[in-house]
Amino acid sequence: MSEQIYNRESFLTSLAQNLGRSTPKTVERPTWKHQPQWQILKNASQDELVTVFKKQCETIHTDVIETESDQLADVIHERVKSYNGKSISAWKDERFHQYDIFSKTDATIHKWDPRMKDNVAQTESADIGITFCDLALAESGTIVLFSNENQGRSVSLLPTTYIALVPKSLIVPRMSQATRKIHLLMKEGEFPATCVNFISGPSNSADIEMNLVVGMHGPIRTTYVVISNL
Amino acid sequence: MPMRIGTTTFNDRIEKGINDEFMRDSVRSAQERLLGKRLDAAEELGSWEDWRNLGEEIRSHTLEYLDYYLYELSEKVKENGGHVYFAKTAEEANHYIQKVVKRKNGKKIIKSKSMVTEEISMNEALESIGCDVIESDLGEYILQVDDHDPPSHIVVPALHKNKSQIRDVFKEKLGYLNTDKPEELTLFAREKLRKEFLSADIGITGCNFAVAESGTITLVTNEGNARLATTLPKTQITVMGMERIVPTWEELDVMISLLSRSAVGQKLTTYVTALSGPKSPLEGDGPEEFHLVIVDNGRSNIIGTEFQEALHCIRCAACINVCPVYRHVGGHGYGSIYPGPIGAVISPLLGGYEEYGELPFASTLCAACTDACPVKIPLHELLNKHRKNIIEGRGLSAEKIAMRGFQYGTTLPILYQVGTKLAPFLSLPFQTNSFLTKGPGPLKAWTTIRDMPAPNNERFRDWFKKRQKEESFE
Ligand code: SF4
Repeated sequence: MSEQIYNRESFLTSLAQNLGRSTPKTVERPTWKHQPQWQILKNASQDELVTVFKKQCETIHTDVIETESDQLADVIHERVKSYNGKSISAWKDERFHQYDIFSKTDATIHKWDPRMKDNVAQTESADIGITFCDLALAESGTIVLFSNENQGRSVSLLPTTYIALVPKSLIVPRMSQATRKIHLLMKEGEFPATCVNFISGPSNSADIEMNLVVGMHGPIRTTYVVISNL
Repeated sequence: MPMRIGTTTFNDRIEKGINDEFMRDSVRSAQERLLGKRLDAAEELGSWEDWRNLGEEIRSHTLEYLDYYLYELSEKVKENGGHVYFAKTAEEANHYIQKVVKRKNGKKIIKSKSMVTEEISMNEALESIGCDVIESDLGEYILQVDDHDPPSHIVVPALHKNKSQIRDVFKEKLGYLNTDKPEELTLFAREKLRKEFLSADIGITGCNFAVAESGTITLVTNEGNARLATTLPKTQITVMGMERIVPTWEELDVMISLLSRSAVGQKLTTYVTALSGPKSPLEGDGPEEFHLVIVDNGRSNIIGTEFQEALHCIRCAACINVCPVYRHVGGHGYGSIYPGPIGAVISPLLGGYEEYGELPFASTLCAACTDACPVKIPLHELLNKHRKNIIEGRGLSAEKIAMRGFQYGTTLPILYQVGTKLAPFLSLPFQTNSFLTKGPGPLKAWTTIRDMPAPNNERFRDWFKKRQKEESFE
């Protein structure tokens, strides 16, 4: 079935009529009079951004570990052990190899591979999902993930525990910088991903008597590992 | 569930709400908590007024050029490999969704929370062709398991239920054996629903904001259910109210920042998921087929009228969380899936005065809603415009809306009914209007009610009780 747009003309024509004109060919997006978003953490250094990022993680029930790339194998080993993790699902990412990240843990590693038949099932049954991030936002303690064939959406979603590796240089003040980057990529015709996820901590719900319960449909526990030399 | 909830009259619903102690307590504490969180979040952000002004500016511009942006959105979705269906009515939308589901031979459908699918009664339409439709937002799931109890709040749908009621529902319907601890109830739902996610044929979502420039739809949740619904099933259908759109990713940032702060007092909700069409052929998860259904269902009739600003709404519920009337009568009192001040503005616009003509009177016009609104919709002024239309016996100023439901004959009973129940809350729109004092028949009741004490002199509940007593002696 090829892509289709149904009923557009009649729908938009009557809308234009109510707007009292015909649909314009182009519309200039105005320069917004108020732009408070750019004031937030405006002149913050990278170190200050890390401080803000870590502070915010306290609010969103997320553990943060700061380390250097040569310590990653130890940090992961420790964390996986403390979570009692027997199996890991991870993105297919050169850096795991480059920094020998899984060299110390005894957990079995499933490397995301769309060609494998039980790829998603393996991830679903893994205890821990581990990915790098593509950007991080200091203000909200958020990591940003772009999906692609090597970077499955399920890895940060299906296992009960999730660990994100956050290169310090990828931390920006807030969502504004991330969305501007995506917007500019778009304009150059390089849209980053079919799915962009902004993730701030473990899943949660307050639907029962407004009591916050950490751990709903997504991961129940989350750790961010900030890598200060990357 | 259609927009209309319950079959009882406005009077009965209000009375039920007022007499439901638990419901009122939970509404009060929820309001207080959400209000506190929102104020903290706004303060933390600093320059909250600038943010609101920016939000208003963006929404006004987008609505002014809605046709242009919808065109762009549909082109981009197509470029991304998705299908777009423009639905004038609820029936058209449901018909298309049924067709897609049938073609995919879909039996089990997993949904993430969506007000517009409630509005168009999509679940019923799919159930009628033999589908199993499962809500995955915890609050919605609880209501669904409890024989489709209607939602009472647009962000916290099961607000009116306490944990032991929820435990009993789970016990009776699902064989749940544990305690009423929210942690245990939540874990139980997680496990039940995870199985459903893994076996669902089709995922259906709403849409918080679509991004025109890239054909993207975004979903904002804390639970992660929208992510699951768009990661595991092979087919994704997204249903959006036609006004839920922004021009570019830059405006998306602003609207999501405002929504997260105003709805739940968070800087960002736990998940913001931005999806642009189906997965690429090489990707290992995500939908293979993507359909976007853009729903009008009465919205375009509001465009170009004095009520256009109502379409700026981003469904954050901040106005609901500050409303003194909502606090007293609860969500079900409104008889619409859209309660509170915004519900009192849009329910009559979408469903007509005949059905929802009382709602604009369920307000004190205290303007707390307007002050709370992150996109500066003048809610109390819009409520006042409705009242004026109703009292002066005319339809909405745009005749096309007038055609939709207003009948002069319904006016007086509306006033009478509302008057007898909510009088002390009403600061009447036309205190000096001689029409009221000279009114014949039923209007007499209305005009005597005008002299009832104001809400700060006598609490609504007490007044209501007293009034009932007095009535029984009459
Ligand atoms: S009217 Fe304003 S405050 Fe109320 S739900 Fe809509 S955006 Fe939020």
